Amino acid sequence: MRLKRKDILGIEDLTPDELERILATAESFKEVSAREIKKVPTLRGKTVINLFYEPSTRTRTSFEIAAKRMSADAVNISVSTSSVVKGETLKDTAKNLEAMRPDCIVVRHSSSGTPHMLAKYVGCSVINAGDGAHEHPSQALLDMLTVKEKKGRIEGLKVAIIGDITHSRVARSNIYGFTKLGAEVTVAGPPTMLPPGIENLGCKATSDVEAALKGADVIMMLRIQLERQKESLFPTLREYSRFYGLNESKLKGAKDDVIILHPGPINRGVEISSEVADGPYSLILDQVTNGVAVRMALFYLLLGAAREDAVV
Amino acid sequence: MNRLVIKGGRLVDPASGVDGIYNIYIMGGRIASIKKADTDTSEIIPGSPGLDIIDAENLLVIPGLIDLHTHLREPGYEYKETIQSGTRAAAAGGFTTILCMANTRPVNDSESVTSYIKKKAAEEGSGVNVLPIGALSPGQKGERLTEIGELKAAGCAAISDDGVPVEDPGLMRRALEYSKAFKMPVISHAEDAHLAGSGVMNEGVVATRLGLKGIPNAAEDMIVARDISLAELTGGRLHIAHVSTKGAVELIRAAKKRGVNVTAEATPHHLTLTDEAVIGYDTNTKMNPPLRSMEDVEALRAGLKDGTIDCVATDHAPHSTIEKDVEFDKASNGIIGLETAFSLIYGLVEEGVLTLSEAVKAMSTNPAKAIGIDKGSLRVGFPADITIIDLNRSWTVEASRLKSKSKNSPWLGKTLKGVVVNTIVGGNVIYKA
Ligand SMILES: [Zn+2]
Repeated sequence: MRLKRKDILGIEDLTPDELERILATAESFKEVSAREIKKVPTLRGKTVINLFYEPSTRTRTSFEIAAKRMSADAVNISVSTSSVVKGETLKDTAKNLEAMRPDCIVVRHSSSGTPHMLAKYVGCSVINAGDGAHEHPSQALLDMLTVKEKKGRIEGLKVAIIGDITHSRVARSNIYGFTKLGAEVTVAGPPTMLPPGIENLGCKATSDVEAALKGADVIMMLRIQLERQKESLFPTLREYSRFYGLNESKLKGAKDDVIILHPGPINRGVEISSEVADGPYSLILDQVTNGVAVRMALFYLLLGAAREDAVV
Repeated sequence: MNRLVIKGGRLVDPASGVDGIYNIYIMGGRIASIKKADTDTSEIIPGSPGLDIIDAENLLVIPGLIDLHTHLREPGYEYKETIQSGTRAAAAGGFTTILCMANTRPVNDSESVTSYIKKKAAEEGSGVNVLPIGALSPGQKGERLTEIGELKAAGCAAISDDGVPVEDPGLMRRALEYSKAFKMPVISHAEDAHLAGSGVMNEGVVATRLGLKGIPNAAEDMIVARDISLAELTGGRLHIAHVSTKGAVELIRAAKKRGVNVTAEATPHHLTLTDEAVIGYDTNTKMNPPLRSMEDVEALRAGLKDGTIDCVATDHAPHSTIEKDVEFDKASNGIIGLETAFSLIYGLVEEGVLTLSEAVKAMSTNPAKAIGIDKGSLRVGFPADITIIDLNRSWTVEASRLKSKSKNSPWLGKTLKGVVVNTIVGGNVIYKA
């Protein structure tokens, strides 16, 4: 059965039940990706537009493959924000897209809230593929799927998210997702990168990375954006790496079977040392495989058949 | 000579301490006499030549509303608003006098632009008195002073670089000092642009949730503190525009206690909405200063109640869909406010925050005082600038009924109480519902 919603705009809006259903559906779609013929006819005749205002080959390709494996037609539209015709409003863009009669628009934008505005303007489904510093729901879902596979559960796990929380949509979506499914989330980073009131999202916050890592089952390292240095959010990469980067010695406080996630691409030697990134705890490649499965699940649950028995 | 009688309305005039049922006689554009309705024995004969009668029974009659802070956009941005459409909106909102900010194109930094605005208002306006505000610095560049004496002579009522905060404290000091000679208030848009940075809403929990860049209260507080110090240093006449923070209210309250020559205004939106309104990313909740927290709203209301905040001003800021139907962080700041202002402030009366008299004081008596004009009261001899309102009726804010050329209001679709029935300027009815 479809979800009782038109759009997937953020994890904040989803209920624990919906999250469980998306993850369970994604698990069943993983099998499709393992087949010789990696395609099911479920969404034949449906059109998905990937509207990317921000370059992201990784996420766009993942959505594109997911749509194709469901037999949907995927159209990619890349817009560089600087090239948007002056005088064309977001509403105009939305109406133009709607004229193409898509069933779903996947949108990535550097401005928070753009998928929400788009969803109001169009009748078709909208999936948020990352908006500004707000949410990145499919990334959080794939992180949750990866953790669930490795740990067998999410409930009761201790999750540490380390880095620039202020500017991270991945952090926000994961805080909502993991806490909704019963994990305990702690975010850590320099005080300049912990936004005011972040605890209201349901997590703990600290500037003491070691405290955050203590007893952690899951560590999520966020990519540090080098240009934040100019905004004086941290003094130098050297200092950042020393106090907030993940290395073997800091890892000691975590559980022995800790797993490490990173939304990628990694700045080796900055937020994560090479030996940790390439070490046995790292699941960075599993995340890519699960990304496709999660996005297939989202398409299916928004656009797919209305009846449960129509699955794959 | 034309005469007008406003019969049997509830006259509330805080300046003269009047609240009762009166008949108001107007002659030659001025108040000729005011008589208690139940003891008035004058013979009013309907149909007499040159005599107009407005039956104001069950209606509220108050001194015409005065708005110290509008953006009429003309010259230069006529696609957003014109002097004609803006003054019509003002009349429909019950305003009889409005001050228009200088951030037009060209900037109103000279006698010629001021004269253009005054001429346009006289020829095409709705009849509302339009008092231009001159720029503080040429081109609002913040480099040096405009010819404040000439601006005053041309008809400007105050100076301000509103829209662009005055960054240089040295320039602000000289503005406050020099303008004393011409009795020109200096209106400060108090914002530290560096601290506000690229923020698009109030810094706090809501911004954190929405992933939007925040503007901390300190960006306003710091400059309010600075400008109060400079007013104290110079003895200049300072007026703080659109106060939005608790800290600013406290600073102004303390300054007034010390006798600093400072007045302040708050907008209807800062008095009635919090940053929670931004949830959903409606760009009609984006303005500068941004909507703040509940704590700030409560401080503003207390400030308005105790007189720390003297005036309500709209910061009427029309923007077209090209500026508003876009991504939140790319949308222009500001909302229209002339047509909703009275109803929103009357909402505070209904809530028990203000008395009706306090509301009228904030929207007419005090704005007149702040810029030193003989308006804001209905006493014999005063200009007959009068607003008549039906407090028992409600109206729904619909784009199609708004007179403003732009429709960027967060209250679209909302029903508000208090309908402006008549707006009268100099004895002439310029708006009739
Ligand atoms: Zn301003």
